[in-house]
Amino acid sequence: MSVYQTHTTDVLVIGAGLAGERTAIEAAAYGLGVIILSLVPPRRSHSTAAQGGMQASLGNCAMGYGDNPDIHFEDTVKGSDWGCDQDVARLFANTAPIAVRQMAYWGVPWNRVVAGRKTLPDGREIEDLKEYEGLITARDFGGTAKWRTCYTSDGTGHTLQYTMDSIVIKMGITVHDRMEAIALIHDGENCYGAVARCLRTGQLHAYLARSTVIATGGYGRLYGVSTNAVINEGSGMFLALETGVVPLGNMEAVQFHPTGMVPVGILITEGARGDGGYLLDKNLHRFMPDYEPKKKELASRDVVSRRMIQHIRKGYGVESKWGPHLWLDIRHLGRKHIYTNLREIANICKNFAGIDPARDLIPVRPTQHYSMGGVRTNIDGHAYGLKGLFAVGEAACWDLHGFNRLGGNSLAETIVAGMVVGKKVAEYTLGAALDCPLKLVDEHVKRQENRINDLISGRMGNENVYELRKQMEDTLMEYVGIFRNGPDLQKAVDKLQELYRRSLKLGLRSSGKYANPELASALRLPGMIRLALCIAYGALNRTESRGSHAREDYPYRDDANWLKRTLAYWPPGAELPILKYEPVKITELPPGDRGYGESSAANAAKPETAHDKEGNNG
Amino acid sequence: MAERLLTFSIFRYNPNTPEIKPYMQEYRLGEMPGMTLFVALNKIREEQDPSLMFDFVCRAAICGSCAMLVNGKPRLACKTLTKDLPPRITLFPLPVFKLIGDLSVDTGTWFRHMSLKTEAWIHTTREFDPQAREERMDNETALKIYEAERCIECGCCIAGCATANIREDFIGAAGINRVARFMVDPRDERSPQEYFEVVGTEEGTFGCVGLMACEDNCPMGLPLQMQLAYVRRKMAAAGLAARPQTRAG
Repeated sequence: MSVYQTHTTDVLVIGAGLAGERTAIEAAAYGLGVIILSLVPPRRSHSTAAQGGMQASLGNCAMGYGDNPDIHFEDTVKGSDWGCDQDVARLFANTAPIAVRQMAYWGVPWNRVVAGRKTLPDGREIEDLKEYEGLITARDFGGTAKWRTCYTSDGTGHTLQYTMDSIVIKMGITVHDRMEAIALIHDGENCYGAVARCLRTGQLHAYLARSTVIATGGYGRLYGVSTNAVINEGSGMFLALETGVVPLGNMEAVQFHPTGMVPVGILITEGARGDGGYLLDKNLHRFMPDYEPKKKELASRDVVSRRMIQHIRKGYGVESKWGPHLWLDIRHLGRKHIYTNLREIANICKNFAGIDPARDLIPVRPTQHYSMGGVRTNIDGHAYGLKGLFAVGEAACWDLHGFNRLGGNSLAETIVAGMVVGKKVAEYTLGAALDCPLKLVDEHVKRQENRINDLISGRMGNENVYELRKQMEDTLMEYVGIFRNGPDLQKAVDKLQELYRRSLKLGLRSSGKYANPELASALRLPGMIRLALCIAYGALNRTESRGSHAREDYPYRDDANWLKRTLAYWPPGAELPILKYEPVKITELPPGDRGYGESSAANAAKPETAHDKEGNNG
Repeated sequence: MAERLLTFSIFRYNPNTPEIKPYMQEYRLGEMPGMTLFVALNKIREEQDPSLMFDFVCRAAICGSCAMLVNGKPRLACKTLTKDLPPRITLFPLPVFKLIGDLSVDTGTWFRHMSLKTEAWIHTTREFDPQAREERMDNETALKIYEAERCIECGCCIAGCATANIREDFIGAAGINRVARFMVDPRDERSPQEYFEVVGTEEGTFGCVGLMACEDNCPMGLPLQMQLAYVRRKMAAAGLAARPQTRAG
């Protein structure tokens, strides 16, 4: 008999970022008991770091006139390179305006329309009309036909998270912070909650719930250089994967953000380019118009990132001791604009690079940023494979983003999905009984206890967690980056398999007792390497280029063979995931030309996509 | 440039093992260009002492997790460059907050309690109508709310506050700033009188003794003293307005 604390609730939400909290609020509104587990206090969640904004087709600002959910839907599908689920994209685009307005009602100080004539940085004259004054305004973001990204200066994530959390507090929803879920409790058919480890005391807890929601965000920290917070280690995804029955969708779809600051990888928001910032090369030449005459710096993120690397490969990068980079220039926006609308950027530049962006150029390079893949769910957010398990936000493959997410669609997804999935969770929970056999709970806790004891005693071996982790990060950076090819991906898979075997023989150097941070890392590492393998192996097998997945040896999108989603399973004892595939759901917009990017020009000469003209209305 | 050898003297204590008294432990580390305390502490943990406890999340001065006393001053460790410090660096956890271990403190519980105490959410009688267009607000007002909303709850102002260090119920500059954020928001329908109930006390706006360390220590550069003056003025007015009523009642 193990010693652990047990908590029983209706709904267990793992993760307290925007997606988790919005789901919890929706479920609690149905009168259900909800417990949220979080690694950190909710307001420290990575959602807080989002600077740029949240897309919703309000059509209030001059450059947004005429916008509507249809156009938002089209932009999202094109952005995804036709990899998304169109039912989900439609539901999302229709709901986003309500979500933005509800956040305004709850207290978000969205920037508002100021009437009058303005001159854009490129010289265009626009006029915001009096009749829209005071309504929520929007800024320009990559891959969108209209200005649609609602924002609060460049602290959008901060204001959304603080407002959301204020509603959680107001509703009295229970939050257990510094509590890390380390395994799901399940019997292969139903999910009954999770085993968690307290990051204050090291004590184990069992949470039993009628439904469990994974809302743990992305896995940026698998990569050595990422814009993600250090807590973004993909934990919810590997917990689901470890059940053996829940697949992860499209793990090979990894987004790189064009402007991570060199060398630290801290994000410089797309708002900087949206507001008129340029990219320059070592000759201070603005090169993006050469590649993308129409969308320039505001083509979608996958395209801008690849163009930057292409340009660097041609020898136009600025040499530095951290490797070549490019420049982001926002000086022409003026000190006033930079220190009000882009103030967080100014602070980041000052604090982490010692530069003043009103006077200096910002060194940038594409940096790992977002995971389109995650726990595969249906449109209700219900995970494949286990009843009572849901996933939401970046941790999920819902699948709104397909192979590339548009800027401003991630914040929008967290909240829209939280609303939609929260309702479905509530409906499911109201009809579900909590009939978890306590023996099963005991077994699951015991298993985790054994893992911990093995690590502390060094019984399995003495591999060093930090060394293996570093090698995993380097392997992904080097071989599973922006441009990919068969031989490199094979190298990555081989190396990661070796690391995986070694990760089963970790031994701690410290005591491992109480809130020990080395133990926490050691418990995560094998799961993280499994995710890394899903990414690399999925990428190796997908012999086409789509969205963020760019194969040098297969440069074209191949709809005939690859209009399908990868599902990665990890059976017990496996050393590689098993890949299965399912078709992508196309409802309204048949595959066609995105209107930007490499495939745009190439498609004209490609016979298999020539018939897709009707999709080309960009 | 000759590489400096830095000496870190770090406070060690685990409340789970009270039999081991608090002590200072020294670590040595070669300085690297652009090194922040985030980089340094992670290097120490990964290469020298994997048991060392400290908190980072965003490592970009956005989330407020990593505040600690750096050579006696409350600062965000993530944006503190070692080149701005002498070769001997002393690190302590923030005071006032409950210690979790070594440099890690429980700011989450403190701030949630403060939010509950100040009822830091929009109080409104209006219902949300999903079909309706949003309420209008002028942009200047929106920007003003955002100015007061920029606090990241790192706790630097609380740690450096004389009052917070001697009375545990004081909501501090962060709490008063939070109240100011809702006072300037036209969506919040609370009257000055209702606010008075929340902060018109020694635990709230009248507890401050005016040493101004909060504003000096704020890594976000928030005008905390101005916010205090704003709230205090409103509370003084609300207090005066309440007096005749009290007498009549």
